[in-house]
Formats: sequence, structure tokens, C-alpha cells
Amino acid sequence: MEMTGEHLIAAPRDVVWEALNDENVLRACIPGCEELNRISENELHAIAVQKIGPVKARLEGTVELVNLNPPESYTIQGEGKGGVAGFAKGGADVMLTEVPEGTRLTYEVKATVGGKLAQLGSRLINATARKLAAKFFDNFQAHLNSADAAE
Amino acid sequence: MSDGIGARVKRREDKRFITGKGKYTDDIRMDNQAYAAFVRSPHASARVTNIDASAALAMEGVVAVHTGPEMKEDGIGDIITGWAITSKDGSPMTCGVWNPMVTEFARYVGDAIAIVIADTQDLARIAAEAVEVTYEELPACVNPADALKDGAPQVHGNVPGNLIFDWEVGDEAAADEGLAKATHVTEIDLINNRLSPNAIEPRSAVAIFDDAEDHYTLYSTSQNPHVARLVLSAFYNVAPEHKLRVIAPDVGGGFGSKIYIYPEEIACLWASMKTKRSVKWTAQRTESFMTDAHARDHVTKARMGFDADGKITGFKIDTIANIGAYVSLFATATPTYLYGTLASGVYDIPGIYCNVKAVHTNTAPVDAYRGAGRPEATYMIERLIEMSARQLGMDPAELRRKNFIREFPYQTPVILQYDSGDFDACLDKAQALADVAGFPARKAEAAARGKLRGIGYSTFIEACGIAPSAAVGSLGSAVGLWESAEVRVNPVGTIEILTGCHSHGQGHETTFCQLAAEKFGVPIDNVKLVHGDTDAVQFGMGTYGSRSGPVGMSAVMKALEKVEAKVKKIAAHQLEASEDDIVIEGGEVSVAGTDKKMAWHEVGLAAYIAHNLPEGMEPGLKEGSFFDPVNFSFPSGCFICEVEVDPDTGETEIVQFVSADDFGVIINPMIVEGQVHGGVTQGIGQALTECVVYDESGQLVTGSYMDYTMPRADNVPSFKVEHSSTPSPTNPLGIKGCGEAGAIGSPPAVINAITDAIGTDNLQMPATPQAVWMALQSAQTSMAAE
Repeated sequence: MEMTGEHLIAAPRDVVWEALNDENVLRACIPGCEELNRISENELHAIAVQKIGPVKARLEGTVELVNLNPPESYTIQGEGKGGVAGFAKGGADVMLTEVPEGTRLTYEVKATVGGKLAQLGSRLINATARKLAAKFFDNFQAHLNSADAAE
Repeated sequence: MSDGIGARVKRREDKRFITGKGKYTDDIRMDNQAYAAFVRSPHASARVTNIDASAALAMEGVVAVHTGPEMKEDGIGDIITGWAITSKDGSPMTCGVWNPMVTEFARYVGDAIAIVIADTQDLARIAAEAVEVTYEELPACVNPADALKDGAPQVHGNVPGNLIFDWEVGDEAAADEGLAKATHVTEIDLINNRLSPNAIEPRSAVAIFDDAEDHYTLYSTSQNPHVARLVLSAFYNVAPEHKLRVIAPDVGGGFGSKIYIYPEEIACLWASMKTKRSVKWTAQRTESFMTDAHARDHVTKARMGFDADGKITGFKIDTIANIGAYVSLFATATPTYLYGTLASGVYDIPGIYCNVKAVHTNTAPVDAYRGAGRPEATYMIERLIEMSARQLGMDPAELRRKNFIREFPYQTPVILQYDSGDFDACLDKAQALADVAGFPARKAEAAARGKLRGIGYSTFIEACGIAPSAAVGSLGSAVGLWESAEVRVNPVGTIEILTGCHSHGQGHETTFCQLAAEKFGVPIDNVKLVHGDTDAVQFGMGTYGSRSGPVGMSAVMKALEKVEAKVKKIAAHQLEASEDDIVIEGGEVSVAGTDKKMAWHEVGLAAYIAHNLPEGMEPGLKEGSFFDPVNFSFPSGCFICEVEVDPDTGETEIVQFVSADDFGVIINPMIVEGQVHGGVTQGIGQALTECVVYDESGQLVTGSYMDYTMPRADNVPSFKVEHSSTPSPTNPLGIKGCGEAGAIGSPPAVINAITDAIGTDNLQMPATPQAVWMALQSAQTSMAAE
């Protein structure tokens, strides 16, 4: 699965960068995220429940942040295992650019799935991924707005 | 007699099938029954480094979790293949070892890692999800065309270069010579698309271990319960044959996929012994897609040469056949002795050479499926002939006629000797049925509606009833391919026919009984077929390769003849006449030219009461026969397909499909027509919609009916089926077999029609709307460029 996209986020780049590196923010914004804990400086342990077509998978795995170039870009990569439901692995290159409206976030995702997720869900993965990405950025923007309001 | 040979007797088994009274394996319920679910590899290639079943075993109601290494420790044997192929350099084939459950390496997505036994089916499946398996992922070899390349991942350590065998048939020098002197050579690159068999009833097993008797019973969705018992006993060491009963009750379709003895049946039997519980397993549909043996999957380059007169001069074929991760029971025979040996088609070709390289890949095992090798051969030959006619500017039917074999017996250059057939008669009949003369007008009318109309032929031959045993043995088969029958006349005159064949959709309970009705004139209601139970029938080789008619029914006929001889002796003795004068007809046994007679049942009673039998005759009326034919049988035929393609969407509609078959003698025309309808529909499925797809990492992405497209009613027209018969000289009934012809002959007829419509031969199966549209665009682009 390959997906690219961009979102305009109404917040300064430093704020966006910080939020993208804050496990509490990510935990709150990733759809279906049950757990997300930092286990080392650049490694996170995650559990997320995702439903792709007829398959509901509880994916557990490690997420690593590499190619860190604050506050402009990083690569997030990882692998989640969902037992009999299969597995998902892959990465996303994330880039932040300053624009008059705030920050433009562009991303390129490359991911593969295996097991039941592939057998039953492969056709639905692109649509599901787009939906999840949209949901994430909605949540992310909402979080930044509320953090802004709280200040 | 109205129920005899040639009668359109309605299928007697259908009442129970259409009223929900069929008894399938999953309907079997035992006391103390537990359920199995399998933990399967989600990776195409991986080393299993740890299996942690503690969470599953902690669940209430989970009985056991067992793994491959335990199975091996208990002495359960590895899964065997039934046909040894010798490579062209004389070396024996090399196969990877197939442990019923993984002992270290998982080699395809779906490879069984562990069996979970629990009190309910749901619990077994939930517990299977809780078994934690740790994998070390390895690179996978997925595409058969890449399997032989340097640096390709090795599926098995003991199979260098993934090459199982490098086989040849025919005469390379003669083929080269023929191609060298040709004035025209047609070349083709083909992919024969990988298929999933999709029987409507998924595979299922109920294993019952009786520890008091040390005896096993297996209910199984099998096409050949005796072969299953033999293999389970002799090779998998489950139990000796007298301690193992295999019952294949009603089975809802097989198409070849239920010939094989799969890991699940072995594991259930073994688990039943381990747990002292009856163990039931029924595949979920995605499991079927993953683990039922797949089919076809050839990559082929072929060249056919013609002289200036349109006569074929030479034919050369190079094929890579994908065998999958493990070598299934008939996997090696399918792309060799059921493929290369058919390379002559219905044509007189002086030089033929066929080379087949069979390869392992990290995909599900590939084995025989309706047609098995012959659809691949027919598709290649018939597409080449049609393309050649287009390139030579000849009528495709005329080019075929120029090359038809017309004298029998005909020795092909590729082992087989055809014994009968009349290919002109089938072609004539099909052309008349299809109103070929009216095609240009229909094409013009379609064009006025914006549709592209095309017509395509397929004149095919195939080889059924694979035999004789000594010959198949000399070619590498581990078993003989005869069939057995027993005919029991009860004291009240009713008749039971026992056969080693198995009916799973073919209507044997009707057709086999028609033979007794024919022979003795008894009503078919007084005849019953017994099959599918190793305790009831002594032995048999089962049903596949369209063998039940030519081989199985011939055995029944032989046994009926023995009964007839004894009946005549008893009647002659009781009626004080010469047995030569005894006539059996219409349910009566009479002395010709007199009014002396006995009712049929009176003879039966006399045989069992035994008060007055001829001197020295044993009581009873029961005879058996083992029939081993002297040759294959060779059904042939002509299909003509007409399609309309929508140039805007690429969608193909099959607007006409006619078949004129030579099946030899036909026992029940209605059932034969049904077999043709079903077979042609499966062939249309291959041509238009079906394809198993693995992604480059070996993930199966067609694991449900959302992604694997079966043909539906609106993909097929109302078929026109007729026959033009020449009896088979190799069996007493003259039957040739009809089960596979539809699936063998139809894909090239459909594709030839589509390529005629769109004006390019650059098209592979399945011809989905997208594929057809792309071909159409590229054809238009290249035409514009010219």
C-alpha cells in the first residue's frame, strides 16, 4: 500500500513538531490506539485496534522514529502483529513546511499487510488508510485547537 | 427399457440434496465431539522459532494444542506424492519435504503450525488466535517465472534452484526440423492463470478414535476414500488399514481438490488419538482459498510452424509449471503426462517437443483441477491455431480441417495413441448449431449497436480414464488405475451395486443404476448404489479424471455380466432348459420361444434358498469385477463461442456458446448435458473472471469472494449442447467420459472470440473488463501508429 497526502495545520511548525513527538498527543489522536508508551528515546510501544473490512485486528508492536531532522522531518516506521489477523508493517516520511496558514504537513506512506488482513482486506486497505489518516489529522487539529484554547 | 442406457432418468439423489436432507461430513455429530482449528502461518516464508500456547491452554474448554514436532515425534509420516517424474537427463525429481504441520519452516501463507482442540468450534478458533507464534521472516519466492533465476530465494534446502524436475516429451530434432522448414511460424507467450477450485462444500473431517478397539474412523470430504485410507495407513502411519475406516458421505463438489489427503485430516486423526475425543474440523472459506490445492499456473512459450499449404510442420513448447510450496499427490503428473502428452491436440503434427520445468514457490500446493493439464494444453494449442489462421489469412475452421487427424488408431509423437474420433463431424455439427454462416450479419448488427462481436473456436481432445495400470506404472505412477465393482442381488431381487468410485455431484446414484436396469430390465427403483465407505466397498481408486464412466461403470458392467451368467445357469436348471436359450428381459427370466419363465426375484430367491441349484454351484448371487482398461479414452469435441465486447467498458458478454461433443456412448444425456454446462461455466470462469493473486511478498490477496470472482449466471448464456459420438473401443460400454471436457475446451473458445472481436491477440486470462479494455486501447494505439 502506498499513500501520499498533505494537510494544512493551523499552528506554528514548532508546535506541530513537538506534538508529533509527544506520545500523549499521538495516543489521543491515533484512531483505535489503546496503548502508546515510550520505551526509549526514539522507540514507542503501541497497541491499536483497527478494523479493515471484515477483519478486526489488535495490532501490537514497536514504532521507531528515525531520520530525525527537527523541526522539519522524520520517518516513522514500525511493525504491528495481530496474531491470526495478520500483521502490518511499513513507514511514513513526514515533512513539515512553514506556510502563511501555519504548517503544511506532507507524508508518504509505504506499508504492507499480511495474513487475514491481506486475504480479506487488501482491496479495502487504501480506503481504510485514507479514512484513518483523515481521522488522525482531524483529531490532531482538534487537539492543537484545544491546547491553544487552554493556554 | 425406459431406465436403461440412453434414458434421461432424473437424478435420484437430488431429492435429498434439494430438500436439505443430504448428509455431509459437517453434519456428522458424535458424542464427546471436540472441534479443531489450525494456527496458520501469516508469512510466505519463515522459520518458526517459538510456539507459546499457554494463553490458549488456559482458556476454559480448550482441550489441547499440538504442533508439528510432536506429530513427527509420534511417527506420523510426511505427505507423499503419487507420481515420480524423471528429468530429461535421467535424474529422479527432487521434492521438498512436506510435514503435515510445520516442524521448522513455514513455506506458504496458510501452512499449518498447530492444531487447537476445544469443546466448541468458536472456542477452538478463538484459542487458535491466542497461540503466540514467533517467526523469523525469510525472503519468499512467489512468481514461478522468477523461481529459476539466479539468486531466487530457495523454498527448500534440498531442492537447488527450486527446480523439481526438467521433463521432456516428444522429439526435439523433429520439432526443430519442422519449424526450420516452416514458411510461417506463430509464437505465443501465455500465462495460464492460477485458479482456486471452490467446491461449494468446504473441506471437512471428523476423526473418531475408539481406544477400546484401537480403531479409527474418518469422515472426510474425499473423492477417493480408499486411496485416502491406503495413504493414511501405508505412508502417514495413522493405523493399519483394517483399523481405519474412511467414509466419504455426501460430498458437495470436488473438481479434483478433494482427491488429496491434506494435513488437516491427518492432524485430526492423530489429535483424536491424543485427546481421546472425536475431532471435527471444517474449513472456513478463507482457509479453503489458502489451503485447497490451487490449479493451472503455467508460464509458457510456444511456437508452431506451418508450410505454405497451412499444414503444421512442427510444434515446440517451453513451460514453467508452478507446483507451489509442496508437491501434492498428483501435482507432478498434471503438468507432464496430462499436459505434454496432449500437445498434438486433434492435429496431425510431424514433430512435437515439449519441455516442462516444475518449480517450488512459496505459495499453496498446486494440483489437478477439472481437466488437469489438458486445459493448459488445449488453451495453448487452440489459441495458436486461431492466431495462425489470422496471421495466414485463413478461415480458422479450414485451417483446423487441413490438419485434423482422420485415421485411427493414430500414434501421436507424444506417447498417446488416439483410438477413435471424428473431428470433422463435431466441427460440422457445431458450425451448424452456431449458424456460422450468419455471423457476419450478426457482427454488423452488433456494430450498429456499438458492440464488437467476435467468434472463436476450440476443437479439443482430451484423455480420460487414465490407464492401463501397467502403463501408468511405467510412467511413474505409484498406483494402478483400474476400478472395482460388486453387484449383489438380494433374495427379493433388488440389486445393490458397489463401486470404488465416489459421487460428489456426478449423479452416479442414477447412472450406475441405469446399467442394471439396462442389463436386466428391472425398474431403477429396485437398484441402489453403495459407495464412499471403505467398510462397505472392498477397494477402489475413486473419482477424478472423468474415469468413473469409462473405468468404473465398465467394472460394474463386467460384474453384471457375471451375475447374468449365473442367473442363466440357475434359471436353465430350474426351467429345465439350455442356458443358451435363457433370455433376461423386462424383469423376467424366460426360455426363448416357450412360455416357461421365472420372475427376476424368483431367481434371486432360488439362489439364496439354495434348495435346487445346479450341481456344484455355490449359493448366493453376488459377483465382483476389477476392470483395467487397455488405454485411455479420448473424448473430443468442438466449442464455438460468440461474444460481444463493449468498447467503452471492455465488458464481455458471451452471447452464444455451442458444444458438439464426442463422449462415446452416453448413459444419461441429461446428466451429460449438466456436466457440460458445469464444465463450460468453470472454463468461462477461468477465461473471464477467476485468478488467484499473491502479492510480491507471497501474501494471498484473493482470500474471499470479494476478491476472487466466480462466474455467475449472468456470465453465461443458455448453452446449446449436442453430441456426435464415436464409441470408445477400449471399454465394454463404449464410454469416453464427460466430466472435464467443458472446462478443458472452453477457455480458448472464449478468448479466441474476444480476440476476434477486439482485433488483437495480445490478451491473457482472465479477460476482465479492464484487461480487455487495455488490450483494445493498445491495439488502437498500435494501429494508429501504423
